Amino acid sequence: MLIPVIIAVTFVLFVILSFAPGDVVKTILGDEATEEQIAELKHELNLDQPLLIRYARYMMDACRLDFGNSWTSGYEILPEFSRRLPYTLLVTTLSVLFAVGVGIPLGIASAIKEHSILDYGCTFLVMLLASMPAFWLGTLCQILFCLTLRWLPVSGVGSWRHFILPSIILGASTLATMIRMSRTSMLDVIKMDYIRTARAKGADEKKVLYHHAIRNSLIPVITQIGISFAGGIGGAIVTENIFAIPGIGVMLVNAVKSRDVPVVMGVIIFVTIIVGIINLIVDLICAVVDPRIDFAS
Amino acid sequence: MNDDLLQIEKLNVEYITDDAIVYALNDFSLNVKRGEKIGLVGETGAGKTTLALSILRLLPKKIGKITSGSIKYESEELLDKPESYMLGLRGRRISMIFQDPMTSLNPVKTVGDQVLEVLNLHFPDLSKEEKNAKVDEIFRLVGIPAERKFEYPHQFSGGMKQRIVIAMALIAEPELLLADEPTTALDVTIQAQILELMKELKEKYNSAVILITHDLGVVAEFCDSVAVVYGGRVVEIGKVEEIFGNSHNHPYTKGLINCIPDLTSTAPRLHPIAGRMGDPRIKVQGCCFADRCPNATEKCKTTPPPMVYEGEHGILCHLYSKEGA
Ligand SMILES: Nc1ncnc2c1ncn2[C@@H]1O[C@H](COP(=O)(O)OP(=O)(O)OP(=O)(O)O)[C@@H](O)[C@H]1O
Ligand code: SF4
Ligand SMILES: [Mg+2]
Repeated sequence: MLIPVIIAVTFVLFVILSFAPGDVVKTILGDEATEEQIAELKHELNLDQPLLIRYARYMMDACRLDFGNSWTSGYEILPEFSRRLPYTLLVTTLSVLFAVGVGIPLGIASAIKEHSILDYGCTFLVMLLASMPAFWLGTLCQILFCLTLRWLPVSGVGSWRHFILPSIILGASTLATMIRMSRTSMLDVIKMDYIRTARAKGADEKKVLYHHAIRNSLIPVITQIGISFAGGIGGAIVTENIFAIPGIGVMLVNAVKSRDVPVVMGVIIFVTIIVGIINLIVDLICAVVDPRIDFAS
Repeated sequence: MNDDLLQIEKLNVEYITDDAIVYALNDFSLNVKRGEKIGLVGETGAGKTTLALSILRLLPKKIGKITSGSIKYESEELLDKPESYMLGLRGRRISMIFQDPMTSLNPVKTVGDQVLEVLNLHFPDLSKEEKNAKVDEIFRLVGIPAERKFEYPHQFSGGMKQRIVIAMALIAEPELLLADEPTTALDVTIQAQILELMKELKEKYNSAVILITHDLGVVAEFCDSVAVVYGGRVVEIGKVEEIFGNSHNHPYTKGLINCIPDLTSTAPRLHPIAGRMGDPRIKVQGCCFADRCPNATEKCKTTPPPMVYEGEHGILCHLYSKEGA
């Protein structure tokens, strides 16, 4: 399943990058380059070959785990990526943990106490978070918590305190999703017949909740966690740039700016694989939680 | 010892929905004796499920309300009891089988655990082995191999699910079983099997049963007495023989009996009498059946009929009152 996805993604990307405006050779060599120099570099980068051949060559190398070097900076792509990936994964994981840890209890609580102040408060929070773009919220929080209150460092990765704000900012929209989904799901579940059955057995509200309602209400939420995690890696591009975190987001943005095709391609392939793995893990968790899902399939 | 197990008197239940108030039960009265098997018959919307949920005080929160009346269980007024008292009653002394077995089991717990939960809740002093032995025994009794208790609800057919629900309802050996149309959601051959099972179990357990059904045939086979429900009221009550073998019947009951092809076959959902049940959002002035009754008079539209008794056989109709219609 993953392999066709990777081929499709990389091919589309390769085509787009080839037709994107801006000439990479001129960018590298500067304005004063001679015709000769340009032709030489083009040959060196295989840019004088047809698109399909270049793509095929690239993919053959990629299969041998040779992702080449950056056109503009010359670094080897795979080691650079491996060096940066932990930062991105850390921030993304923390953000999802934050969103899940805060969002699910809040969502469930507001479903149980429907139409309470807590419930209305959560609905308000969800709308607020969902309507604030990360770069804006991030900058705002930087000003408040880092510059004015001086509680947290502004940017960089020196200590664990550097990761608090980026994780929260990155997790903000996921938090909104988690609250909304777990609330809706819980409201659906407590209307179910089997909840009434549990009550008819003599289970008190706590047992009904912990033994019967929560696990069922988490099933749709878990699938969403997987989607959010994948989205979080994308969102990291923005957050890493705001907070100057040396993750793959920064790497990707720089590469796109300078038309550094091998870097963009490499990063996208790795990210696709990572997202695929995350989806696989989520599917496994779903199968554990929901016995109706068959492990084999 | 007092023979009365459950006494419901003038119970009124409303559902408060966004756009209207539904009067689901109106001055509903019913007595159930220890060990008595009583059939509650009536067409859809008559208020049968509402009655069962009221007894357990499990009406949907905020929507369903008991506005007046009394439910006495072993002479104790349930409507005054705290929730903690009801917790000890539910599943232990009064249990319920719900209308739809497909949805009444938790999909993410094994069926064995769901049956075991009743024991965990009400018999915390039993050892693990004793509890498991009891679960195995009840599975065998309802005709499901005990090894299958480790499986999940989706691995069972509708009829088997209903057997599991029955096991869950009976494992604590309750004094009263509320069976809300235990066979309606199943297909005909399975219906017969479940009914057969219930008959076997009725010999074994001495629980009183309120059997809710659309089906007079089932009642005739299973029950000692019948309460015919219409518009949230009991319109006729009596022993099975009195209801079926008697020319004195409520006009609604007459309609019901006439539409059974023969007593041994299972009838479809009842729509025997011309017209439909009145709008439950309107409180009626006179007799609730007046709109559809072939015997209705002017008086029926204005004055509520009295319950007229002949021995234990009661009919809620002006036709039978002393002054006549
Ligand atoms: N949750 C609810 N909210 C609003 N009205 C309700 C609710 N539950 C039941 N009612 C109404 O109360 C009346 C009695 O319903 P009830 O479910 O007790 O009927 P029933 O006799 O069990 O019918 P059926 O044979 O279809 O199960 C109906 O008019 C129904 O529409
Ligand atoms: S009271 Fe009147 S309307 Fe009601 S059932 Fe009797 S005869 Fe019919
Ligand atoms: Mg019902």
